[in-house]
Amino acid sequence: MAYQFDFAPVLAHTDLLLQGAAATLGLTAAGAVLGIALGVLGAICRAWRIQPFSAAFGVYVEAIRNTPFLVQLFFIFFGLPALGVKLSGWEASILAMVINLGAYSTEIIRAGIEATPHGQMEAAASLALNRAQTFVYVVLRPALARVWPALVSQVIIVMLGSAVCSQIAAEELTFAANFIQSRNFRAFETFFLATALYFAMALLVRQLLMRLGQRFIVGRPR
Amino acid sequence: MFVQFTTWDIVRNLLEGGKWTLALSLIAFVLGGTAGLLVLFLRMARNRVAQALAKGYIELFQGTPLLMQLFIVFFGLPLAGIDVSPWLAAALGLTLFTSAYLAEIWRGCVESVPRGQWEASASLALGFTQQMRHVILPQALRVAIAPTVGFSVQVVKGTAVTSIIGFTELTKTGSMLANATFQPFLVFGLVAAGYFALCYPLSLYAKSLERKFHVAR
Amino acid sequence: MSLVSISGLHKHFGTNHVLKGIDLQVEQGDVIALIGRSGSGKSTLLRTINGLESIDEGELVVDGTALHHGEGDLRALRQKVGMVFQQFNLFPHLTAGQNVMLAPTVVKKLSKKETEDIAKEMLLKVGLSDKFHAFPDQLSGGQQQRVAIARALAMRPKVMLCDEITSALDPELVNEVLAVVQQLAAEGMTLIMVTHEMRFARDVGNKLIFMHHGRIHESGDPRIILADPQTPELANFTRAVM
Ligand SMILES: Nc1ncnc2c1ncn2[C@@H]1O[C@H](COP(=O)(O)OP(=O)(O)O)[C@@H](O)[C@H]1O
Ligand SMILES: [Mg+2]
Repeated sequence: MAYQFDFAPVLAHTDLLLQGAAATLGLTAAGAVLGIALGVLGAICRAWRIQPFSAAFGVYVEAIRNTPFLVQLFFIFFGLPALGVKLSGWEASILAMVINLGAYSTEIIRAGIEATPHGQMEAAASLALNRAQTFVYVVLRPALARVWPALVSQVIIVMLGSAVCSQIAAEELTFAANFIQSRNFRAFETFFLATALYFAMALLVRQLLMRLGQRFIVGRPR
Repeated sequence: MFVQFTTWDIVRNLLEGGKWTLALSLIAFVLGGTAGLLVLFLRMARNRVAQALAKGYIELFQGTPLLMQLFIVFFGLPLAGIDVSPWLAAALGLTLFTSAYLAEIWRGCVESVPRGQWEASASLALGFTQQMRHVILPQALRVAIAPTVGFSVQVVKGTAVTSIIGFTELTKTGSMLANATFQPFLVFGLVAAGYFALCYPLSLYAKSLERKFHVAR
Repeated sequence: MSLVSISGLHKHFGTNHVLKGIDLQVEQGDVIALIGRSGSGKSTLLRTINGLESIDEGELVVDGTALHHGEGDLRALRQKVGMVFQQFNLFPHLTAGQNVMLAPTVVKKLSKKETEDIAKEMLLKVGLSDKFHAFPDQLSGGQQQRVAIARALAMRPKVMLCDEITSALDPELVNEVLAVVQQLAAEGMTLIMVTHEMRFARDVGNKLIFMHHGRIHESGDPRIILADPQTPELANFTRAVM
């Protein structure tokens, strides 16, 4: 007999799914704000070759970009207690997301900074701005504006990647779906709906961040 | 019963898992590349329906977690009466994932070929497939090599997620060893080092290709 | 003492000896036109006066602030020297008004009210008081260059440097920018400008400097030396461009 799809046993747990989705969005928001801040810091050190931080950020970026997020997460959650750092599932998830996004955004933002036209630096110098003032008032915002779409894509990659945080008992969307399917034995339907939620969230977050970027970074709502 | 693990035991076991990571990466990359080419053709086709289908396919895989894609394959195929092992689900899931990303990367490369090339080849009465085969793809290929190699790093890292559906590759082996040895710091450090050893050369290669390409232009 | 005093100035780019001993005195209110073939070192000379290029040998004093061998207080110098670039170099994320206000705000630390007043005054001076809130990409090239002039003026510099400020403009936009420069000259601003507009150099400048191979080859009253060049190089040059 052909399989009968039945979504009702999943929809009965809609509240759990929505709570999980909200938790995923919360993780993403925290990861995005802190991760991009870390990226700005790293990009300054890299673009201006401020040693030894530039070299340290270089190693960090390569270490993170060449290992899986899941392994980073396990290392933080299971490995760090050996050093006396014991984190909850939430804390470890946020930390892993920040560290992961920080590495990618360091590279992305650095590219934006390095694409600053030389004339901009000269104009700022001719107006007697110092290096720090030039960076804050002349370089940073246009650099972020140039790479904002790439940063937004990276935030979304990190949000989708956070599905694996369910493995360290962070009660986000995938964790909720796992819990529900263990109760109703409707794994396919449950994960199908969770996937649809992720898809909608990815669209939503992209729209939202692009608008925020247009408003606060490009500086001109269109 | 209590088994004592030496560091060498751990490394030996991890190497065993690493073999499966490597195998899965290769399979996903080769099959995903082939499927990706197909998606690319649909995406670039003049037929609107084909275009829309390909676009939807790409957006779906780029807009959802790889873990969910694996779950859906793993729990969905049995409903159609197809029995899947974690190994098969992992290979199929990652292949689909890879095909969507590669198709999108390659589309960018195809679109970087100047419009005039399409028009010139059309004026010579070449059909769509002939245009792609003889004029567009050879030019797009040069542009595509660096980002394609770059994406292979994402494929290798993506294989780690298959541990969650029970495929015993490097990460899964690491989890089991961490439990058995009570040395998670060492084990996951080694696991990370294993991925780094696979990925870093690919990253370096992609970067050098990119540099070479920019110089050549 | 002269407002700008340059003596024995040398500049190298690697093995390329670009400025080969420049001596130049600029008095308060002078309007100096720098002419010469491409590559003769005009831009480099202008940029050293603003500290954008370091000095290998010699001395530069602007209103009492001195630079030797690239040593000295660059930012103090730059507050006395305004510069306008060929490519405008407006800050694209700031409005015209904000472009003008930036340096008075962050360098001179003036209040918002003061900098706003300055910006309004300067934009009025260049005929763009209605463009305070416009972004650079909403302005024509001529308007952008006038905002750039207002931005430099806002620091109340002692001397303004203009490096081919009309060269990137469409022909029909050249005059609106030249008119602003002419008005500045009439108000007594000290100006050093690299230009290809020979008529403008003759009519507005009180001194003309012809550079050749990194040296001041000939200089004097523009009406006199353009009509009667003393060196074959200047004669060739004027024949080529006029
Ligand atoms: N940043 C630089 N690095 C190396 N060489 C330069 C640089 N700027 C100018 N030069 C060289 O210095 C010489 C004078 O250039 P420039 O002052 O721009 O001449 P002009 O403005 O009269 O056309 C040229 O040979 C030019 O190639
Ligand atoms: Mg020049």
